[in-house]
Amino acid sequence: MIFKKENTYGVSWIHQLDPRLKIVIAFITAFLIALTNDLITLSYFLFLAIILIINSKIETKYLFKKLILINFFIIIIWIFIPFTFPGEELLNIGKFSITAEGINFALKITLRSNSIMLLIISLLTTNSVSEIIHALYRLKIAEKLIYLFFFVYRYLHIIKKEYNNLYEAMLMRAFKAKTNLHTYKSYAYLIAMLLIKSYERSQKVYEAMICRGFKGKFIFFDDFKIKKLDILFIIGYLISLSLIFIFRKGLI
Amino acid sequence: MHISEGVLSAPVLFGGGLFSAVGVAVGLKKMKDQDIPKTAIVSAALFVASLIHVPIGPTSIHLLLNGIAGIMLGWQVFPAVLIALFLQSILFQFGGITALGVNTLNVALPAIIAHQFFKIYDLNNSRVFLGTVAFFSGALAVFLTAVMVAVSLFFTNQSFLEIAKLTIISHVPVIIIEGIISVFVVFAIEKIKPIILEELDKK
Repeated sequence: MIFKKENTYGVSWIHQLDPRLKIVIAFITAFLIALTNDLITLSYFLFLAIILIINSKIETKYLFKKLILINFFIIIIWIFIPFTFPGEELLNIGKFSITAEGINFALKITLRSNSIMLLIISLLTTNSVSEIIHALYRLKIAEKLIYLFFFVYRYLHIIKKEYNNLYEAMLMRAFKAKTNLHTYKSYAYLIAMLLIKSYERSQKVYEAMICRGFKGKFIFFDDFKIKKLDILFIIGYLISLSLIFIFRKGLI
Repeated sequence: MHISEGVLSAPVLFGGGLFSAVGVAVGLKKMKDQDIPKTAIVSAALFVASLIHVPIGPTSIHLLLNGIAGIMLGWQVFPAVLIALFLQSILFQFGGITALGVNTLNVALPAIIAHQFFKIYDLNNSRVFLGTVAFFSGALAVFLTAVMVAVSLFFTNQSFLEIAKLTIISHVPVIIIEGIISVFVVFAIEKIKPIILEELDKK
């Protein structure tokens, strides 16, 4: 399930946008949100992210699973921060006191975290990973990094299969994971075998590349084109982003 | 182990991003064409291995393996970790894209330190010595990562002190298990494919 080839979970107009555009917008907006300190602006960003996620028609079951995972860390923050943040006392429970500033801070983190995550899910998981790699290549990210990314993703599935084979062989020999040295040793040998096999595989892959005339350059084929939809989206997006700055001047 | 989106403050995010960028640049510069498949496929293996859930008492943990990654990849660990974390953030929304720089630094810098530490072993040393060095490389890498996560939280806001302490304490079992696993991984590599360690010696 994790290594599903396509990463898209649904069909919508957001899926059809140019991946380059989506990556750029996702990065810029994510940083904008991460650096915002105003509660109302943050709530507005969350609202925008929710609109995006509704439009991207991501399966709700998948979405909720992700959101629960993300908010696990947020819960830990809510357990600690309201009590440890210095500021005006709101409520006193025995030795502990809750501060207004603490609640404010925890609330900001919750809003930021959730809106960035919704943004990423709606803009980045609506592409297949190979589309993202190609888009990053067209965005002139360092070539070697792109090749590395391409290879990692290409071999992830194969190594995962290799892992399944090794693990099934262990299960055949009645391996049961428990808290003891034997378990750790077995896992360590499993990891070592995985590493050795991939090391050997990488040599074969490189030799095959040499045989096919590899000269340190990959050629990517799919070309992206900016469509009418992309232009409409970017205009709409810029307008909705600038609205909050018009209403609340001098923020961030 | 990764810090989520929206938690860290601007100076921490940009500081982490800057140092990571330098690390990635060094890693890419040192990576020759013939290293690309090796770095990539070994990283893929480490990515898969880090999804293994290792039982500990009633719960289970997943391994970080940055010590082993550092030992095997050297400076290439920076681009490898960057890619692994980016993939995690788009495949399962773990960590995130604004915290990518900080998270990369927190995992990859300890890996480099483990790599340098592991180099005190040379092929003439005894097996016991090899085991000891491997244990401390694996344990040290995870320990340093936990410390760096704690420090990034603490620099964001002093009130994270309690959570920062909790981060380090909760990683003590992971540190020990990673150490043990590193020992046996290195032993197995030395027995089955010693050339991997010999190559390291030359690096």
